[in-house]
Amino acid sequence: MASVIEARGLRKNFKSTVALAGIDLHVEAGRILGVIGPNGAGKTTALNAILGLTSYQGELKVLGLDPWSQRDQLMRDVCFIADVAVLPRWVKVSQVIRYVAGVHPRFDRAKAENFLAKTNIQRRSKVRELSKGMVAQLHLALVMAIDAKLLVFDEPTLGLDILYRKQFYDSLLNDYFDRNRTIVVTTNLVEEIQDVITDLMFVNRGQAVLSCSMEDLESRFVEVVMKPEGAAAARALKPIYERQSLGRTILLFDSRAGRADRQQLSAFGELRTPSIADLFVALMGNHASQPQGVCR
Amino acid sequence: MSTHANALPKSFGPNMVAPQVSSPVHPMYWSIRRELWESRSVYLAPLAAAAVALFGFMISMTHFPAKLHEILSLDPMKQQHALVQPYEIATALIMAAAFFVSIFYSLDALYSERRDRSILFWKSLPVSDLTTVLSKVSVPLLILPLLAYAIVVVTTAIMLLMNTAALVGSNFTFAELWSRLGLVQSGMGLLYHLVTVHILWYAPIYAWFLFISAWARRAPFLWAFLPPLALAAFEKITFHTSYVAGLLQNRVAGGSDSSMGGSNFAANPHAPMTPGTFLSEPGLWIGLLIAAALIAAAVRMRRYRDPV
Repeated sequence: MASVIEARGLRKNFKSTVALAGIDLHVEAGRILGVIGPNGAGKTTALNAILGLTSYQGELKVLGLDPWSQRDQLMRDVCFIADVAVLPRWVKVSQVIRYVAGVHPRFDRAKAENFLAKTNIQRRSKVRELSKGMVAQLHLALVMAIDAKLLVFDEPTLGLDILYRKQFYDSLLNDYFDRNRTIVVTTNLVEEIQDVITDLMFVNRGQAVLSCSMEDLESRFVEVVMKPEGAAAARALKPIYERQSLGRTILLFDSRAGRADRQQLSAFGELRTPSIADLFVALMGNHASQPQGVCR
Repeated sequence: MSTHANALPKSFGPNMVAPQVSSPVHPMYWSIRRELWESRSVYLAPLAAAAVALFGFMISMTHFPAKLHEILSLDPMKQQHALVQPYEIATALIMAAAFFVSIFYSLDALYSERRDRSILFWKSLPVSDLTTVLSKVSVPLLILPLLAYAIVVVTTAIMLLMNTAALVGSNFTFAELWSRLGLVQSGMGLLYHLVTVHILWYAPIYAWFLFISAWARRAPFLWAFLPPLALAAFEKITFHTSYVAGLLQNRVAGGSDSSMGGSNFAANPHAPMTPGTFLSEPGLWIGLLIAAALIAAAVRMRRYRDPV
């Protein structure tokens, strides 16, 4: 598959702070990458570099183009929602549709109208009259009607209530995504993208802590819900994280970092794939001691 | 209303491979329309000025026959002045409205999109920074002067109709009125004044405002006005000279002087046009170079500046 984003040693410094400390990234066409990290981890800076909104050091190619110097060309094939509610408040729904149709060669107006017809958004309303959720719906309708090769979302559902958040990802998957498109999404709300993404990257302090496909994640990480006995023996196999849940001890193992294999572990209790949220806490909590985790 | 989107294939479903649709685009045209959607004052302010002038003129016409009698007893020069004055005031009001809108528009154009973060939306579309900035430059330098001129022409025509209607019953003919108003000549003079002064001579002023609106993190109005004034005051206090003040004054008033042979359009709209003198003025060409540099800088700023 052709690579859509290819970054090597991507770095960015603001005056005294390091926003990106050398990130490698490889995203193939047809994938949905979730970029997850705490606030200030460098997620937005990385996306801005990919979108040509900020300069950077290191190698970066998006769809074979240099995003900073070839931005105007890149924007024909890339679309993004950089933040919730950045649609100008003065614009009317009908105006913004006409504008995008007038400037974007890949915009399918009928598609946007169809999508809007399923919502309560009136064509004559101004954006300032819409609720935050409706603004997000409108923006998504515009973006989904653009036949872009790469779509980037930075916190697309921040501040939306749960119904809109659910709708947002449902529309994205059902009405938009196909094997020709690639999506990159950042979020703090880890659970909501668990079932959406095909690839995962944890970012902290400007570095990729984990970069992994979901398939590899399942084979690499395993959680053991411990039986009451045998905890000491299991701990000797070097779990990367330990937590308590409903009175039971749960150990998380990384098959590359520890010495345990699944057969061995199954003797201690029930095995299961960790949720992204638990993995995030485990890796972010003590990532200083972890090697850079790139799944093979 | 754009209709080309109707030509797009509607049949492909979301999961089918979509053909690469490519419809014709007109980024400059739509960018300018976008400016007019956002800044409705661009046309509402001169229209409102015209409405005020027309309303006042309409009321004055109710007692025009009596006034006409008074006017005709004056000497010919004063007669003409009394007849033409309302037309000149209406023109001046519309031009002033357009001028103030130009200033405020230019100071806000590249600042408000950063303040409300909508720049993140505009930048997600394939419209270059150059196209966007040029569309914003075109509002004070092209759209507003031409629009103001069109509104002046229409307003003058309506005033002329009212004036003619008020003449009915007097022995003062339309031909006499027409010849004393000299509207064609002042109309040509206004167009010349707009192109030479408001477009060519003032270009660096608007470019400066646009640059400040792209650069300032806050208070673009203060950044646009205070530093030049402070520089002039500093020079006067420190060196007892006024080169900066002279330059500023020349930029505000000098264009009108050199385009009309040392006279001034506002004082005398019928002063002779001197395009030769105007075009050989080095200040004109230096100003245009500065305007181009400031616009280029504004394009660059739009590229680099984050939302505020």
